[in-house]
Amino acid sequence: FYLTPSQVNSILKANEYSFKVPEFDGKNVSSVLGFDSNQLPANAPIEDRRSAATCLQTRGMLLGVFDGHAGCACAQAVSERLFYYIAVSLLPHETLLEIENAVESGRALLPILQWHKHPNDYFSKEASKLYFNSLRTYWQELIDLNSGETTDVREALINAFKRLDNDISLEAQVGDANSFLNYLVLRVAFSGATACVAHVDGIDLHVANTGDSRAMLGVQEEDGSWSAVNLSYDHNAQNEREVERVKMEHPKSEEKSLVKQDRLLGLLMPFRAFGDVKFKWSIELQKRVIESGPDQLNDNEYTKFIPPNYYTPPYLTAEPEVIHHRLRPQDKFLVLATDGLWETMHRQDVARIVGEYLTGVHHQQPIAVGGYKVTLGQMHGLLTERRARISSVFEDQNAATHLIRHAVGNNEFGTVDHERLSKMLSLPEELARMYRDDITIIVVQFNSHVIGAY
Amino acid sequence: AARMFLRLLSDIQWRAAHLKWRRMTSSQRNTSTTAEPHPVSLPAQAQVVICGGGIMGTSVAYHLSKMGVKDIVLLEQGRLAAGTTRFCAGIVSTARPVSIELKMAHYSNKLYQQLEQETGVQTGYMKTGSISLAQTQDRLISLKRIASSLNVMGIPCEIISPKEVLQFHPLINIHDLVGAMYVPEDALVSSANVSLALATAASRNGVQIHERTCVSHVTIQKGRVTGVETDRGRIQCEFFVNCAGQWAYELGHSGEEPVHIPLHACEHFYLLTHPLKEPLSSSLPTIVDPDGRIYIRNWQGGILSGGFEKNPKPLFTEGRNQLEIQNLQEDWDHFGPLLGALLRRMPGLEALQIMQLVNCPESFTPDMRCIMGESPTARGYFVLAGMNSAGISYGGGAGKYLAEWIVNGYPSENVWPLDLKRFGTLQSSRTFLRHRVMEVMPLMCDLKVPRWDFQTGRQLRTSPLYDRLDAQGARWMEKHGFERVKYFVPPGSDLLDLDHSKTFYKPDWFDIVGSEVKCCKEAVCVIDMSSFTKFEISSTGDQALESLQYLFSNDLDVPVGHVVHTGMLNEKGGYENDCSIARLSKRSFFMISPTDQQVHCWTWLKNRLPDDSNLVMEDVTWKYTALNLIGPRAVDVLSELSYAPMTAEHFPSLFCKEMSVGYANGIRVMSITHTGEPGFVLYIPIEYALHVYNEVMNMGQKYGIRNAGYYALRSLRIEKFFAFWGQDLDAFTTPMECGREFQVKLDKGMEFLGQEALWEQKQNGVYKRFTMFILEDHDTDMDLWPWWGEPIFRNGRYVGKTTSSAYSYTLERHVCLGFVHHFDEKTGEELVVTTDFINQGEYEIDIAGQRFQAKAKLYPFSSLFTQRRRKDEVELSGYQRE
Repeated sequence: FYLTPSQVNSILKANEYSFKVPEFDGKNVSSVLGFDSNQLPANAPIEDRRSAATCLQTRGMLLGVFDGHAGCACAQAVSERLFYYIAVSLLPHETLLEIENAVESGRALLPILQWHKHPNDYFSKEASKLYFNSLRTYWQELIDLNSGETTDVREALINAFKRLDNDISLEAQVGDANSFLNYLVLRVAFSGATACVAHVDGIDLHVANTGDSRAMLGVQEEDGSWSAVNLSYDHNAQNEREVERVKMEHPKSEEKSLVKQDRLLGLLMPFRAFGDVKFKWSIELQKRVIESGPDQLNDNEYTKFIPPNYYTPPYLTAEPEVIHHRLRPQDKFLVLATDGLWETMHRQDVARIVGEYLTGVHHQQPIAVGGYKVTLGQMHGLLTERRARISSVFEDQNAATHLIRHAVGNNEFGTVDHERLSKMLSLPEELARMYRDDITIIVVQFNSHVIGAY
Repeated sequence: AARMFLRLLSDIQWRAAHLKWRRMTSSQRNTSTTAEPHPVSLPAQAQVVICGGGIMGTSVAYHLSKMGVKDIVLLEQGRLAAGTTRFCAGIVSTARPVSIELKMAHYSNKLYQQLEQETGVQTGYMKTGSISLAQTQDRLISLKRIASSLNVMGIPCEIISPKEVLQFHPLINIHDLVGAMYVPEDALVSSANVSLALATAASRNGVQIHERTCVSHVTIQKGRVTGVETDRGRIQCEFFVNCAGQWAYELGHSGEEPVHIPLHACEHFYLLTHPLKEPLSSSLPTIVDPDGRIYIRNWQGGILSGGFEKNPKPLFTEGRNQLEIQNLQEDWDHFGPLLGALLRRMPGLEALQIMQLVNCPESFTPDMRCIMGESPTARGYFVLAGMNSAGISYGGGAGKYLAEWIVNGYPSENVWPLDLKRFGTLQSSRTFLRHRVMEVMPLMCDLKVPRWDFQTGRQLRTSPLYDRLDAQGARWMEKHGFERVKYFVPPGSDLLDLDHSKTFYKPDWFDIVGSEVKCCKEAVCVIDMSSFTKFEISSTGDQALESLQYLFSNDLDVPVGHVVHTGMLNEKGGYENDCSIARLSKRSFFMISPTDQQVHCWTWLKNRLPDDSNLVMEDVTWKYTALNLIGPRAVDVLSELSYAPMTAEHFPSLFCKEMSVGYANGIRVMSITHTGEPGFVLYIPIEYALHVYNEVMNMGQKYGIRNAGYYALRSLRIEKFFAFWGQDLDAFTTPMECGREFQVKLDKGMEFLGQEALWEQKQNGVYKRFTMFILEDHDTDMDLWPWWGEPIFRNGRYVGKTTSSAYSYTLERHVCLGFVHHFDEKTGEELVVTTDFINQGEYEIDIAGQRFQAKAKLYPFSSLFTQRRRKDEVELSGYQRE
């Protein structure tokens, strides 16, 4: 089974999305030039999600990738809701009051976020009321708390993550009169999702990470080469600190059973996640909710299955680790991606491939004929060669697509091999998951001029 | 780079010419740019100051001085012919789709041919001919259309086969060609030397030329140019001509009162090579390969080849100074695709050695036509710029027309398509220009099929109903920045397909427009016509009436509430504007004119109305949304909505009344339509627009109301022989020539503009006549459709061109409108056109070289008019526009 280059392209480009921060006459005030994002499914349906939005009531832009497991319900819910929680956490007291008053008196609400969505990125219409009510409760509490202090981004991110996970858990315990919604909130709670979210405001970049997705900064060195700086720690068995943390939180007697085969309780790869109430609730609570839940839930072997050696829940948290980084002019881009990318590519290669893509032809030494004797044919050959060297760059108008092309199609020499690409993309649904994971990538490009001016 | 240009410029020639103005500056060419003393100081005053010493400035100086203007000063910030003119490829090509551009290029060619003899300056003029290649059938059609119009102008031109191309140019690969057009008289010149030759001749005629003199701004007082401030002092002057090329925009904005000149520069690349082993003959024709986006000319035994890439690089958006031109970089990667096209076309050139890739900025305009004429805001401020990379082809003709404009008040040809006043301030946004020129530059090579629209810079001016109409399937076109509906795609149609309905043949909206037309004829349609220009003119006493009676040819002293169709004529009786004027009260008038008249009409009136604070003219275009209700049931819809009788007894034709429609009061209702169908136009204060529209649509439901667009309107007006200003009518057409004598009241008891000329025409007859043609043997499904500009033949002889055409769904035939002239068979002299002359001929219309029989009519089919209400407006109630 062979795919033509254009078939390959149409598969790779099906989910690509680009957003350019509106420019006015070349005078750009945002430190973000724009972003490219894309995803390539391996699961059917894909369990990854992505979100991007501009905060309208505060400054800054939010971008995030979410890797779901045991279904996509949780990743979907987090991708819809998390940014609202973050944005609300960042809002000053007066704005919260204003919003609350507007809701109270039925007036139009100040828009909080401007979403930048691919047409395939959907929001659940049915749950919007429920989600809104939970969010409103949150901001009402924030209003009551009114600490009077200016909002710290780090704290806001942590609070938002924890609060949303808490709401997911609560909603599943309370249930809903509407049977569809009832089933939905349960599916959300029983599935899980990791989240890697960046908040960019001027030169302040915060990355909040829960789970094993990763954020990486692309830095251009003085000699023009590219290097990678990690802006997140993976929460999995490879992270010794994380293993230590888990062990610290549980009695010594459980030490052996906590991490088995590099998995939490021998089951879960990420050590932090949203949802996954199977790793958070007590056994009694799990049983009670499942029994009173709809039949679909009862018939599901996975949900009913209690993890082995389950003594002192919770074993899992959604609390993120937050890293703050002050952007410098040499910081050219940020890559947020789910583990599907990092499994196949080293971050150093990611930095180089994206860096060369973004600077593109312009950084190839321009050709000057000068006093040399060059014929039209030679020049044509030279130009064709230059173009071929960057042909995959030319094929892609999107840095994320370009990265996926390399991630899936790279041969042992690190160049894209069409045959390999074609094979990988034509795998039948049931086989695809064996060879690759869902891949979701966001590449954020920074405006060095603006950053340099700070 | 400097070394190469020595050759381009033929420096020897330059020094050899012992010119008075050369001696003023003791400098050597190509030396450093450091300031040198100016031995001759600037004059304190002059009649005309020209800014810019490129091809345009020198051509204007040349023609002005030839016409006897004595006191001319030409200022150049650097060296003569050192800007875009110096870098220009030097191709004089007459194959232009727009008739006035074709005439300019033709004149330029003739002028350059004799220039060397006249001035003694070598211009490098060489008649090589040019060949335009077609890689597709559609391209060949467009070439055939141009060939038809060249031929009737007496410019030799033929369509040739690919094999014949090979006979003219041995290097060409013809395998992918379907045909070509050969224009044997096209030429090559050294553009810088042409410019220098013009300067030399101008100088001999007394023009003072000052180099390295920078105009900082132009002073304007009370709307008139008073002088020019330069870095060397001030010159008082009566006329200023801005020929500053790509800097024209900045120069226009440098003064206190900005003059908006919408143009923007893009980088333009071409390649120069060393000579071939066996040097190419200097008489080898120039090759234009639009499908490959390139042109190729012979150059000193080698070639010069450039093109118009798909991804142009606009520059100087923020404005820069001239020095940067010299520093523009060669960009081979950018030129790569064009080089590929060149080697595909001439594979034999592979071994040819590169000399240089030249990066030469060219200025482009929002509609691909150059900018010429007087500023609407500053009298005496003239502009000639924005040549869209055809400066050398237009230079001679454009300079001539502008000189005539300054001296005579108007050029000898209709230059409205090039007139600065076709633009307003709205096209002057830098962001708009940057985006638009990025579309325009590739368009130089793109195929232009009937009814193409610009895609960039859209949705600038819209009606309040825009979203409502868009949601109902509206497809849009743009005029003067205003979005107007072409037609409505019914739900369920294949939208994508419809958007790609670009063809020289029957378009796929044919049935859609057909059903809209049917609805206009049988029920009622609503068309949003808000884009029309609307003025209100009022006074405290009789000043308004008196002034308008002088400026308009029809009698405006009508009872209050009457609407008059009238021309706004110039001294020669030609249409400066064609409009409808409603008398709102004894002392105030409401005037409606075509959309693109907003600037021109305003300026025309402003310049001619008495300077009287008791006489007020206001542009109220933006205040009203205009809904046109067309069709026999329009009466019913309106009377139900207003509880007022709308029948002919109560509301006769050409009547205007303020009334309520739905809840909204003060809606100005006029019983006019633009198509000859019964109906009304509602002028609605914009805040009521949505309400009235909704009411009309709701109430109209039971009468079968639907939305319609301008394509339906056009079909209706053309089948009824209604002329439209800007398309059919222009400043060189009088009411007598288009059967509108009834709109002229020669005996209205007072003098009016154009009266004398019209009297003369009435007595002596007219030299052209607006005629309607019904195509006889034309197969709508299979044959090429007429557009406009098709030659008309009478008994096998060329008599004129069509000005517009449309398919008439009623007649089930194509209708073309156009002017018939009577050229003497022997001398070619123009003779009076009589009714008999029109009626006693066998006619053919030439569409891309194929002739179709046509029946000529001087009056429309009366059967098409369903109602006649006022006797004096029976035929050609002719006021319409699109």
